[in-house]
Amino acid sequence: MGEEKLWLDMYISMVRIRKFEEKVVELFAQGKIPGFVHSYIGEEAVAVGACSALEPTDYITSTHRGHGHLIAKGGDLKYMMAELYGKKTGYCKGKGGSMHIADVDLGILGANGIVGAGLPIATGAALSSYLQRNGRVALCFFSDGASNRGTFHESLNMASIWKLPVVFLCENNMYGISMPQRKGMAVEDIADRAAAYGIPGVVVDGNDVIAVYEAVKEAVTRARAGGGPTLIEAKTARWRGHFEGDPQIYRTPEEIEDWKKKCPIMRFQEKLIKMGILDEAKIREIESMIAREVEEAVRFAEESPYPEPEEALEDVYA
Amino acid sequence: MREITYAEAIREALREEMKRDERVYIIGEDVGRFGGCFGVTKGLWEEFGDDRVKDTPISETAIIGSSVGAAATGMRPVAEIMFCDFMGVAMDEITNQAAKMRYMFGGKVKLPMVIRTPVGGGLCAAAQHSQSLEAWFTHLPGLKVVMPSTPYDAKGLLKASIRDDNPVIFLEHKMLYGVKGTVPEEEYVIPLGVADVKREGRDVTIIATSLMVYKSLEAAKLLEKEGISVEVVDPRTLYPLDEEKIINSVKKTHRAIVVHEAVERNGFGGEIVAIIMEKAFEYLDAPVKRVCGKNTPIPFSPPLERFVIPQVEDIVNAVKSLL
Ligand SMILES: Cc1ncc(C[n+]2csc(CCOP(=O)(O)OP(=O)(O)O)c2C)c(N)n1
Ligand SMILES: [Mg+2]
Repeated sequence: MGEEKLWLDMYISMVRIRKFEEKVVELFAQGKIPGFVHSYIGEEAVAVGACSALEPTDYITSTHRGHGHLIAKGGDLKYMMAELYGKKTGYCKGKGGSMHIADVDLGILGANGIVGAGLPIATGAALSSYLQRNGRVALCFFSDGASNRGTFHESLNMASIWKLPVVFLCENNMYGISMPQRKGMAVEDIADRAAAYGIPGVVVDGNDVIAVYEAVKEAVTRARAGGGPTLIEAKTARWRGHFEGDPQIYRTPEEIEDWKKKCPIMRFQEKLIKMGILDEAKIREIESMIAREVEEAVRFAEESPYPEPEEALEDVYA
Repeated sequence: MREITYAEAIREALREEMKRDERVYIIGEDVGRFGGCFGVTKGLWEEFGDDRVKDTPISETAIIGSSVGAAATGMRPVAEIMFCDFMGVAMDEITNQAAKMRYMFGGKVKLPMVIRTPVGGGLCAAAQHSQSLEAWFTHLPGLKVVMPSTPYDAKGLLKASIRDDNPVIFLEHKMLYGVKGTVPEEEYVIPLGVADVKREGRDVTIIATSLMVYKSLEAAKLLEKEGISVEVVDPRTLYPLDEEKIINSVKKTHRAIVVHEAVERNGFGGEIVAIIMEKAFEYLDAPVKRVCGKNTPIPFSPPLERFVIPQVEDIVNAVKSLL
């Protein structure tokens, strides 16, 4: 029965990400959220499947498309939304914004504006965990585009020779901005690159939250036992543009529609209904609970003050 | 005369130089059909094709490293790095390869390459997408550094940069891409190393770069109403630097302020101040001032970002403090 509770929590977490992101898109269009926003809609199964296989004390590194990772790792919608608004009450006191949200207490070592920067940082968190013998695992989220950076190759190599407790989780959404994966690299499966570093490379359906969970669980178990890193490739798609406002001239509307038919939340919902874990009433209850959470987050953000200008001078040094 | 935007002026320079010289090619992320993150290269892939407008994977190290290799062997690459902040990913290729190869080889190689990249804040893009890092590059003998403020300057200077036989770092301000200015239809080239006096004045010289040229001109207009006459000098290229025009202006006004968006500490402004002290000290009626970015990373929140970047009122106040 433990599993039933887990599946339900995972479903709720996916809905939470979806509703939060839908609201963010809306607020961005209204000009209430400044800067850049990269929507996670469509990829919810990856963040939730992966983070559900972690302990609260484990680490993650996130990306520019990071809202889903943070929510799945337990991030508070209120502080996230306040940060997106640039408010003093946000996770980073308004200094970071969407691309830099972090909560080190939850093991979230930050979203990142530099593509591929999370891989060596996660490797370092894993090295630290090994040196401190504290049993923590680091999981690094990144996407197909990032796997073409040197940091990917250097990190996988270093982690493999030292058998570090790290899981490299590639959310292959098939594009890096306008660059399709098939043009950006000559391999079909990014997981194949694991062979070059002598570590396991696994492909999973990134829209199947249980498949992601099981693959990550296995990798985490191996990592914690001293078996070293794993490269997991979760194949998925982002439903929206690279950033809000992207004209998306590089793909057809049909391609996106096809992916919407494979909606990770609907698929999981159907499964849970069949298993008797969810029914219509429960679904509605969850949706209205999440809607309230999101509304509350927006209210919190809107009612919060901006930081005083002079606060810009703080936090440069410890 | 016709008016076009800064982005259009840069695109025209690219197109003209690509037509003029087959060795010129563009390389960067999303520069092809997508037209670049800021739309600067739009239409060039359609015109010149895959070989001359090369879309790359996310691999800045190889974008710049391959440009060094291609430049050393007969090509004239124009690389685009999507944000100046990502230059760090290719910093060995810039610092230890591009900047020094000719010198280390005893002058036996030429590296005709340009790296175009947008700098600056103003979009709430936060600490990793807003920096002005020109001082990294001016500190490296072997590189030339260009930082144009107007569409006219951007076009003429980019053409000169592409024709130059040295690596040139070409810094565009992202808040300027949509700014319009007059640009003649006829071809022209602006030599590197020639400053431009954007406004003549008697009382104070402001030496300003990039977007700060506009803020300084705005400040000058406000000060004029109070009877204060400000001269604004835009060096346009930081190396080679037109010291003479700066010094001559200071000799005339006896007061100088350096304005740049980059953080003040160890910024390029310090170099200009030092040159003024060495070459025009006896002409000064007041200490030279700097109005620069605060010594912090660029914060995300709008009121914080505004605070760390120099504003018109900061320039006005600095001028008044000298009189
Ligand atoms: C080093 C670096 N290069 C380029 C960029 C600009 N950029 C931001 S996101 C992105 C595409 C990233 O693609 P991918 O890694 O597949 O992530 P996705 O957007 O698909 O989640 C690019 C090129 C950057 N932020 N950092
Ligand atoms: Mg991708």
